[in-house]
Amino acid sequence: MDDTTFHEIISRYPSPSGRILGILRDIQIQEGYIPRDLLNRVSEELNEPVSRLYSLITFYSFFSLHPVGEHMITVCMGTPCHVKGAEKILGTLQSLLGLPGESSDGKYSETTEDDMFTVEIARCFGACSMAPVIHVDNDLYGYVTPDQIPDILSRYGWKGTGIGKPQKGSDL
Amino acid sequence: MAGSAMPIQTPGDLVKARESGLLKLKPGRPRIAVGLSTCGIAVGGERLIERLKEIITAGGHDIDLVRVGCIGFCKEEPIVNITIPGRPLVILHRVSPDDAEAIVKSVLNGSVLEEKALCKVSSWDHITGSVIYGTGFDTIPDYHDITFFGRQTKVILRDAGFINPEDIDEYIAVGGYQAFVSAITSRSPDEVIDIVKQSDLRGRGGAGFPAGLKWEITRKAKGHLKYIVCNADEGDPGAYMNRNEMESDPHMLIEGLLIGAYAIGTPDALIYIRAEYPLAIERLKKAIGQAREYGLVGENILGTGFSCDIQLATGAGAFVCGESTALAASIEGKTGRPRPRPPRLTDSGVWGRPTDLNNVETFCNVPVILARGAEWYRGIGAKGNTGTKVFSLVGKVENVGMVEVPLGTTLRTIVSEIGDGGAGGKAVKAVQTGGPSGGCIPARLFDTPVDFEHLNEAGSMMGSGGIVVMDEDTDMVDIARYFINFATSESCGKCVPCREGLKHTLLILNKIVAGKGSSADLAMLESLSDTIQMTSLCGLGQTAPNPVLTTLKYFREEYEALIKEGT
Repeated sequence: MDDTTFHEIISRYPSPSGRILGILRDIQIQEGYIPRDLLNRVSEELNEPVSRLYSLITFYSFFSLHPVGEHMITVCMGTPCHVKGAEKILGTLQSLLGLPGESSDGKYSETTEDDMFTVEIARCFGACSMAPVIHVDNDLYGYVTPDQIPDILSRYGWKGTGIGKPQKGSDL
Repeated sequence: MAGSAMPIQTPGDLVKARESGLLKLKPGRPRIAVGLSTCGIAVGGERLIERLKEIITAGGHDIDLVRVGCIGFCKEEPIVNITIPGRPLVILHRVSPDDAEAIVKSVLNGSVLEEKALCKVSSWDHITGSVIYGTGFDTIPDYHDITFFGRQTKVILRDAGFINPEDIDEYIAVGGYQAFVSAITSRSPDEVIDIVKQSDLRGRGGAGFPAGLKWEITRKAKGHLKYIVCNADEGDPGAYMNRNEMESDPHMLIEGLLIGAYAIGTPDALIYIRAEYPLAIERLKKAIGQAREYGLVGENILGTGFSCDIQLATGAGAFVCGESTALAASIEGKTGRPRPRPPRLTDSGVWGRPTDLNNVETFCNVPVILARGAEWYRGIGAKGNTGTKVFSLVGKVENVGMVEVPLGTTLRTIVSEIGDGGAGGKAVKAVQTGGPSGGCIPARLFDTPVDFEHLNEAGSMMGSGGIVVMDEDTDMVDIARYFINFATSESCGKCVPCREGLKHTLLILNKIVAGKGSSADLAMLESLSDTIQMTSLCGLGQTAPNPVLTTLKYFREEYEALIKEGT
């Protein structure tokens, strides 16, 4: 992030209410994660210890400390999506992209080896009428079925080969 | 689109703005309006409006093309409204970009594409005003004859899908900001509070605390620096009422918030909104900007001496931030961990100042209450549960969508009539209301009126308004486990009962689902749930066991079957 963008983001928040989370949110959206150097710069700019910012980033699920792939896929895990098979959608993505299946603590973020795709889960997009839903970058896909996933992935440059082998035990 | 009129300096200016706004709603030439909320966009609404624009521009046609919000019949999207002067407004459904050519062609002929017509609206009651469209199109069914719409009472959603949410003029056209302008020019703050108290409006965030009373407490609280905060951190999975309200009619929220600020006596208003709602954030920002241009937000509004600015603060994905003290901490840039109450927010809230916190929908009720009076409002709903409530009817139900009914309407009306029963004709087994804090209510109790008390009696709660329908194929133990998993990962970890108790509840549920449970586990689930409810610090822990307790109460046989299978 260049200086101008950074300062522009800081200047969006003249009032202290909502300031820190707002700045971190804008950085997260811009960069896809919170890079360490920007964390240091926010710390200096706001006169807040890095440790305190770190506690915020790890507390709130919107933030990530790790770089993400070129395309971000978020699978909604809200109740309507759950009853309409969100697990199968996530399983299919994991299987096609060769990602591990562990998500026991409710937080899941995995990136493919070629850094093309990151798959995350979200608690609810509030797009429940179209359950199950997934986000790919800025596009929202509703009424998704497992057999549509290869087609959706290929729109973002997935070649369908060489990325990974299907995981065993995925629910297909 | 906005900004054509002068700043509003007198009530008379508002009347003028209203007249010019009406010319946008009924422009004297055909108007094509595409429903573009998050869901409408996702099902191709954006491509549709682009295509319509191309055709209209290329042909140089005299047709207005606008974006509107969502009328709530999510299943039928993308939805397009056609207004031809003197004719009823016609709602087209399941429209694709391929239909664009035929739509424009028929409009130019003074007709509508009948094969896509869902229903027609001859006149519309916006409650703060009404719009008469016209007559004709006899073969198209009337809006009220569509069961999904006909059984609803639209008060909060009165404008959604009809007006352009990105144009303040269209909100003013249907009587918007009238209540606010009258309040600050002709009523005292105490009078405003009195009307809201008389209306018996209860908070729509879940707990149902009387809104007028909360305003009064905040008004009387010591200290002249206060905050009024709108909770738009709609966190229940399966609930998207607030998103739709903000995306479809952001000025309604702003007006309610301004009236609240005037009543409480503060110039500082905040909207705490979840980061996952980018379109709602964008539309609110735009709406606040327009209201500021018109002089309805800012310094010395209409020369009355009353000033109010509205600021947005975004959340960052923590369910617990729906709890009031956690929300206040989050606005201050801290981790959202609840603290013991008292002191309540009304005494010591954001930055230690007295703070009034209401849900989006609570504020949305305020303009109509002031416009039509407390008595009119009390005529809707039931005694002690006045007004309407917006629900998101989702899950395995045929008619998925946004539903608004008077409080006290039965679950049966909502699920079987408006929702048309289970999706694909399957039998409905239960509904889940109130999100992770709520519970599952079995089909045999569907005569339960939906109000704050009756839902509590059934072991569930109103919550913010998500109704998730479960059918015969839904595994209720899995649902309980789903919610406990959710609550476990969203627990802030501050108090032991919630942090450890929920985790162990989850472990027991996992064991049962894996077929390794015993009947002693069911007893343990019940006693653990009791402990968590009684000893947790905040509402998250106190209510998190509800999904387990209600499924144990109403669907115990499913737990027992899993235990039996295992042995």
